[in-house]
Amino acid sequence: MPEILKVQGLETQFHTHDGVVHAVNGVDFHLSEGETLGLVGESGCGKSVTMMSILHLIPAPPGKVVAGQAFFQGRDLIPMPDEELRHIRGSQISMIFQDPMTYFNPVISIGKQVAEPLEIHLGISKNEAESRVVELLNLVGIPNPRERYKDYPHQFSGGMRQRAMIAMALTCSPQVLIADEPTTALDVTIQAQIVELIKELRDKLGMAIIWITHDLGIVAGLADRVIVMYGGYIIEEAAVKTLYAEPRHPYTIGLLGSLPSLSKSRRERLASIDGIPPVLFRKATVCPFAPRCAYRVDKCFAENPMLIDVGLNHRAACWVDTQTRKVRA
Amino acid sequence: MSDEETLLTVEDLVMYFPIRRGIFQNVVGHVHAVDGISFNIKRGETLGLVGESGCGKSTTGRAILQLYKPTAGKVIFQGQNLVNLRGQKLRAMRRQMQMIFQDPYASLNPRMTVEQIIGEPLYIHNILKGGAVRTRVEELLKLVRLNPAYSDRYPHEFSGGQRQRIGVARALALQPELIICDEPISALDVSVQAQVVNLLEDLQKEMNLTYLFIAHDLSMVRHISDRVAVMYLGVMAELADREDLYSNPLHPYTIALLSAVPIPSPIIEAKRKRIILKGDVPSPVNPPTGCRFHTRCPLAVAICTEKRPEWREITPNHFVACHLVESPNTERMKTSMTGHR
Repeated sequence: MPEILKVQGLETQFHTHDGVVHAVNGVDFHLSEGETLGLVGESGCGKSVTMMSILHLIPAPPGKVVAGQAFFQGRDLIPMPDEELRHIRGSQISMIFQDPMTYFNPVISIGKQVAEPLEIHLGISKNEAESRVVELLNLVGIPNPRERYKDYPHQFSGGMRQRAMIAMALTCSPQVLIADEPTTALDVTIQAQIVELIKELRDKLGMAIIWITHDLGIVAGLADRVIVMYGGYIIEEAAVKTLYAEPRHPYTIGLLGSLPSLSKSRRERLASIDGIPPVLFRKATVCPFAPRCAYRVDKCFAENPMLIDVGLNHRAACWVDTQTRKVRA
Repeated sequence: MSDEETLLTVEDLVMYFPIRRGIFQNVVGHVHAVDGISFNIKRGETLGLVGESGCGKSTTGRAILQLYKPTAGKVIFQGQNLVNLRGQKLRAMRRQMQMIFQDPYASLNPRMTVEQIIGEPLYIHNILKGGAVRTRVEELLKLVRLNPAYSDRYPHEFSGGQRQRIGVARALALQPELIICDEPISALDVSVQAQVVNLLEDLQKEMNLTYLFIAHDLSMVRHISDRVAVMYLGVMAELADREDLYSNPLHPYTIALLSAVPIPSPIIEAKRKRIILKGDVPSPVNPPTGCRFHTRCPLAVAICTEKRPEWREITPNHFVACHLVESPNTERMKTSMTGHR
């Protein structure tokens, strides 16, 4: 599959009163057409900032993309003027967010808000837009779309608002959908509805998806490939089955071990990772995970490991080969 | 459980909240938050209480502690019905029941030091005074694996996981019998959740604590609980031993809930067939007649809309409230969830 998005050397910083926060520290990845990529990590690891940097959604100041490129259909999005990027954002690349209550404007009806991208990007008149929006609301499984069109966000339940947000993201048939923890605020039965809906829409519309989450369970059933981030770096990347079967970075190993599972039959002690995620006031010159790592060696405190190939389409950033416990040269 | 003594019995607990409107604040309706639930907790065990948001699980926890006065029903703790207790007597009982809250950022007063926070229950209940409090606080900090030198720090100096440990230390200060854990880990990062759960398990062993563990994360509840209760819209759907509930769920809601939980394994996920419940949880202001779940139940028949199902013990220690228990349809629904074990 041809690449639709290629990100290279992306670095984003935030200038705060307490100092410079190095949120993203040189991230490289690509997305192929029609592929679903899981972007996994804990809060503050830089997963959302990475995607928001690409779409110029980082508030500046305090934020700033200080380096890197992001090629979408051959064009670099990072230096692009906002005016030009606006034609891509929301039409060819669109985004859905975690909290559907704060995402919508509470004083404008849902229908009008979902219609907005149609008017802005495609120049479709309000009247024509209405029938298209009703179609979209129907597509995302909102019952009585013609009546719900006039409802306001507070009249929708959490799950329904999330559906409306998906409808809004799909109005211009995007090639890439960025989903930033879209089910985190939802109950498990509603989460299952939304994940199922997005899978269906993906198969129907053939778009590529980047799914940002901290939930390794959701990614397992949804993604083709997974990227794990920690401390503003990508620390492991692999096809979904490879990652869960043979995680190679100590952080990924720890994360998978710390999950209780419905399929584990015995009550055993959870393998926890000691310590807490790092605060990113300094750009790491050593491995950011080293203080918490069960495999750490002296080298980890001397130099930050690069992502290297550890298998077929499998990359990890660690000085230690976690399978043999040998230090890499 | 070797010690089969019952510590807490909840009988037909009802908790309605009035809805007031207009200038005279007339009561125009009630939120039926908890509507007649019964269960018990044995000494030293962990009972998991799961359900979706708004199902009444937190209200149940608070009504047990008498933080809300129940509308009806009994809460019998160590032989005494707490609902009838007032003032001094109630306060004496409260010493033995403590709570750990969900949000470690909101549940600790930002203007108090760790010593003041953990020491407060000791002062209130007149257990210790002066320098003895400090010693006890340091002991408690050690118990929750925090550095005793942290006594003079303020909550903002700690990470989420550490704050939750402070909350645990406060709950342990009075050496309670029962601790109600109200979603104690859902605000924490994944790698830190396991730390707190391991701590709770260790403390339970060391101090023979009894937990009511309220959560919406079914896999974590399975990990920590001895028995699990499932609530839906203010009522109990099912209650059983952990293994029994997860391997042999009898209520269609439990079956659907289990099938909705993502499993962190691509191989299992690829084989699984999800049961997707239609629609949303109805409003507890106007709950459905008959079985509360009938509006979303894929198996519902006529009787479900008319008659509230009885809370029955189907097999020993396995309670369920459903008209269709062990009907061929429920069995079929269960077997359709391949990948679930």
